Amino acid sequence: MSTPLLEIEDLSVEYVTEARTIRAVDRVSFSIAEREVFGLAGESGCGKSTIANAILRLLRDPAVISGGSIRFAGTDVLALSANDLRAFRWRQVAMVFQSAMNSLNPVLTIGDQIADIFTTHEGVSKKAALVRAGELLDLVGIPRDRLRSYPHQLSGGMRQRVVISMATALRPPLLIMDEPTTALDVVVQQEIMAQIKELQQELGFAILFITHDISLMVELSDRMAIMYAGRFVETAPAKEIFDAPKHPYTRALMNAFPPMTGPRTRLQGLGEGVRFRGIPDLEAVTPTHWVAPSTDADLITEAIA
Amino acid sequence: MSDHNTPVLSTRGLQKTFTIGGSFSRTQVRALGGVDLDIAHGEIVALVGESGSGKSTLARCIARLEQPSAGTFLFEGEDIMATSKRRATREYRSAVQMIFQDPFGSLNPVHRIGHFLERPLRIHGAASGRAAMEQAKRRLMSKVGLPEEMLERYPHELSGGQRQRIAIARALAVNPRLLLADEPTSMLDVSVRIGVLNLMRSLCEEQGISMLYITHDLASARYLADRIVVMFAGEFVEGGDAMELLAHPAHPYTQLLISAVPDPKRTDPFDAVERANLRREVLQPTECRWSGQTAEPCSAEKPVFHRLSEKPQHWVRCGLYAPPPDAPGTALELPDVPEESAAA
Repeated sequence: MSTPLLEIEDLSVEYVTEARTIRAVDRVSFSIAEREVFGLAGESGCGKSTIANAILRLLRDPAVISGGSIRFAGTDVLALSANDLRAFRWRQVAMVFQSAMNSLNPVLTIGDQIADIFTTHEGVSKKAALVRAGELLDLVGIPRDRLRSYPHQLSGGMRQRVVISMATALRPPLLIMDEPTTALDVVVQQEIMAQIKELQQELGFAILFITHDISLMVELSDRMAIMYAGRFVETAPAKEIFDAPKHPYTRALMNAFPPMTGPRTRLQGLGEGVRFRGIPDLEAVTPTHWVAPSTDADLITEAIA
Repeated sequence: MSDHNTPVLSTRGLQKTFTIGGSFSRTQVRALGGVDLDIAHGEIVALVGESGSGKSTLARCIARLEQPSAGTFLFEGEDIMATSKRRATREYRSAVQMIFQDPFGSLNPVHRIGHFLERPLRIHGAASGRAAMEQAKRRLMSKVGLPEEMLERYPHELSGGQRQRIAIARALAVNPRLLLADEPTSMLDVSVRIGVLNLMRSLCEEQGISMLYITHDLASARYLADRIVVMFAGEFVEGGDAMELLAHPAHPYTQLLISAVPDPKRTDPFDAVERANLRREVLQPTECRWSGQTAEPCSAEKPVFHRLSEKPQHWVRCGLYAPPPDAPGTALELPDVPEESAAA
């Protein structure tokens, strides 16, 4: 636990256009230890995915990393050359994208696509690569004969498992998962989450888990951060945030999901037009629980509640 | 018009079979296998189930976007299929309105917002004359909590939540008695979902509109609905008062659905073996948990519904019955867990 696996300091990302510049990520700092699951929650457009893309240096114009540093296991990610980046992606940090199950190539078999990782990154023969591909499918509980299947012959849940297994193929120490289950049904979603948990325990990678569903996140994450308008508003051990949310936005986000137990009461949710302005830096409440100072009065309601 | 005791909608044995494959194919897929559903005045009924379970097909049949293969349905006591065999009448189209999942795809981008409200008002003759039209449009906007100025905007200038409010306003323009809402919030951002649910609830309460709310999100069904009906493989498996059903789910499929909802407050963690057993019970039933306890005799051949309680209402399909293997949604894969460990 001494040196964190991933260390992000004062990261800022801006979308620069001729007309104006929008700061999508605003002075964000956090770290992820080895084998740790770190959750990042917030509404759409708050900058969650931008952070993920920044870590892998996947940002394209007009997005620019305008400040801060990203260090992975001691190396400065922002200084990596194109060649080093190629080795860094997938081998050090792999990513499961939103609706990743649609990212499989429809005209190649599952086996060919998985084997591709091994032939490209490890230079092994096609035959040996296919054996390794079979082992990967075992890991996520898909029968080996599916190697010869095409993506459309698998269910959404199975495709998602294939994509997750591909991300773990080179045993990267960090996996970024951007809403890995949003496109799936509840029952399948639950199975995928169980699968992720199992794999994580077996292979021991760390996860940066991105979602808007706080309940889902609390079940998986060790620590989590709540993000709003490019800034962190609260970060703490997941259970602690869930049991005692401190920032009004965190509370509002949690209220956006009706509970499955207890009496049925009318919820306010966040409402369109509810906005915070000028979120200050985080301050420590306890050594592990950090909150941006605010009061409920900071929740500015415009028009519709 | 009917009195308030007749259900707004009442379907009996509604079936829908699709033929798939090429034009010469005869492969039949049974999407709906005989569905009986009643919706009372001002009642919100949630229809829950996985994708492919037939929820949307049922809504599309009720909206007359699909022709049912068999069965009847009464709308306000009138046999709709008998009076207009192929096409729904304009009167029916205004009484039953649908709200779709995707507010980004359901508003034509080349028209201003005002246009979407004007068309139904004009076609169904709800407002005539320029002044009356303007007034009707403004009233609709205030009903769904949007500013009047938005009438001049284009769809791309609106957020997802605002667009879904427009879709609701458009449905309200023709004074519907039944709304069919097909996953109306699943494509919206978390920050606006509750707002749209609250709006639908208050519209139903204030105007006595009935609603069929289709979703796979049990928590929102619990939040919104008076009654919940659970669907699996084109048939109902359980139904009843929303709070009662979720507090005491009887059918293994309902239990499976509920156990899948993420809930950090749950004390007992995920148990793969237990869930595997539930699946087996759904797909390959061997016994009925309620045999002898209720008046209805069990049957493995036809779906018998056992009444568990009258007030609050709660019924469940006999545990012995399993949907035919060709029904959709039976794709609920059988567990990878080996038999021995599942039995342990």
